[in-house]
Amino acid sequence: MTIDELIENFDLLDDWEDKYRYIIDLGARMDPLPENLKTDDWKVHGCQSQVWLVPSVTMENGQKYLDFQGDSDAAIVRGIVAIILIIFAHKTPQEIKEIAVENIFAKLGLQDHLSPSRRNGLASMAEKIRWYAATL
Amino acid sequence: MYDVYKIRQDFPVLAQKINGKPNTFLDSAASAQKPQCVIDTITRLYSTCYANVHRGAYYLSEHMTLEYENARKIVQNFINAADNREIIFTRNATEAINLVAACWGRKFLKPGDEILISQAEHHANLIPWQMIAAETGAVLKIFKIGDDGSYLEEEYLKLLGPQTKIVAVTAMSNVLGTIFPVRKMAEQAHKAGAVILVDACQAIVHQALDVQAIDCDFLAFSGHKTYGPSGIGVLYGKYALLDSMPPYQFGGDMVEKVTYEKTTFDEVPARFEAGTPAMVQAIGLGRALQYMADLGMENITAHETELTAYARGRFSEVGGFKEIGTAEGKGGVFSFVLEGIHPQDVAFILDKEGVSVRTGHHCAQPLVERMGYTSLARASLGLYSTREDIDIFINALQKAKTFF
Repeated sequence: MTIDELIENFDLLDDWEDKYRYIIDLGARMDPLPENLKTDDWKVHGCQSQVWLVPSVTMENGQKYLDFQGDSDAAIVRGIVAIILIIFAHKTPQEIKEIAVENIFAKLGLQDHLSPSRRNGLASMAEKIRWYAATL
Repeated sequence: MYDVYKIRQDFPVLAQKINGKPNTFLDSAASAQKPQCVIDTITRLYSTCYANVHRGAYYLSEHMTLEYENARKIVQNFINAADNREIIFTRNATEAINLVAACWGRKFLKPGDEILISQAEHHANLIPWQMIAAETGAVLKIFKIGDDGSYLEEEYLKLLGPQTKIVAVTAMSNVLGTIFPVRKMAEQAHKAGAVILVDACQAIVHQALDVQAIDCDFLAFSGHKTYGPSGIGVLYGKYALLDSMPPYQFGGDMVEKVTYEKTTFDEVPARFEAGTPAMVQAIGLGRALQYMADLGMENITAHETELTAYARGRFSEVGGFKEIGTAEGKGGVFSFVLEGIHPQDVAFILDKEGVSVRTGHHCAQPLVERMGYTSLARASLGLYSTREDIDIFINALQKAKTFF
């Protein structure tokens, strides 16, 4: 799924219940992270639940691309991780640098996740991804 | 008992809609809502008689000082302290406990001495003791509680001995709701030659506490949980003990005589209230305690006891609901898990239904882990909580279950 398809899907859902059932579903359909990768090394700090993000790098025609696997022990956050993975799927470090995650979440109508304590989790995930993009 | 629906009108925030739903506030154990009389007191002070205390020989300062010192007397009466000089205003309970750890601990703790606390302490009554133990060479001992969160006297007595110099224990657990028999524990501590500090953060809002009857040496609580303002807390200490302790913060309002070479410190409590105090908050706290006293602590206890029984009766209707902490006689603090659902997910759906509960480790990480979890959700009652709050909570839990 692309981010545009995701935005379209969210547009069809009008109340918070449907939106959150969809988010939970996105999380449930995401491949689970292998247990051996659920370690402190891959943990994203600053979230209220446990979140893991694991990067992988591929080279195509001399250009570096990043992909991520992720997971959380909470179902809604797992769905948020799934959205994050769609947003950042197969991107170059430069593209990752330019993506404004908060704008996309606002477009999805997920302002709840832009409130200070929850945004903290979202911001921590985005920051971790940008850090991987800059260092890998 | 009082008419809770009438009482609720004293708390303007309870009439607010949350996410378009009635405000079902079940997080009073973290911080309680404020009655209009407290809000009005704060406004009145700033708009009619604000000035610094203990300073100027002018009307406003004299008036603020009078109200500030009167708040001290209200606190004294509320916990039945023998002398108003035994009441020290702090920023919160955390600062009150840190003050004892620093001022009493540095003076009286020697290498090998023991500090005794329970497994049920929140960070505020754990970390200051870890730190002062490391600094002085004292040893921190922690006595066990039961798997149901109950107080185990034999575990306490097992670790209480001649080496014990101070016992620091909660009167009511903020996670488990367990009530600790602090009066008897104080007697046993004194027999062993130790002093005892009671962390009354939770207990003080649910039951009448009498420091002379308990015979505790120190007692700490914060204003924001007692329906008063944030930024104010109280340390009670027996006068002779306080008088034997040096200050740990230095500045204005706590000195007797200052030259460039030497300073002598003021009497208790001024010695421990360096700098301009949170005077508006202290007076607001006095008003809040007065509000509770006017309602009658026995009435508040009766109301909450009845509601606790009602709530616990209804929990069994929710499949997969597990209450963590089921000690006999527990108070209105309900940590729980819904089987197979992360507490954060539960809290999120509850929030959408206008229900506020706390999630996480509740500033008591070792305790939550001791009970076998990394995160718990917690609902807690206040004097304004109703059966309808519980009904909405139960319905919201049932709804949450349909999501996961």
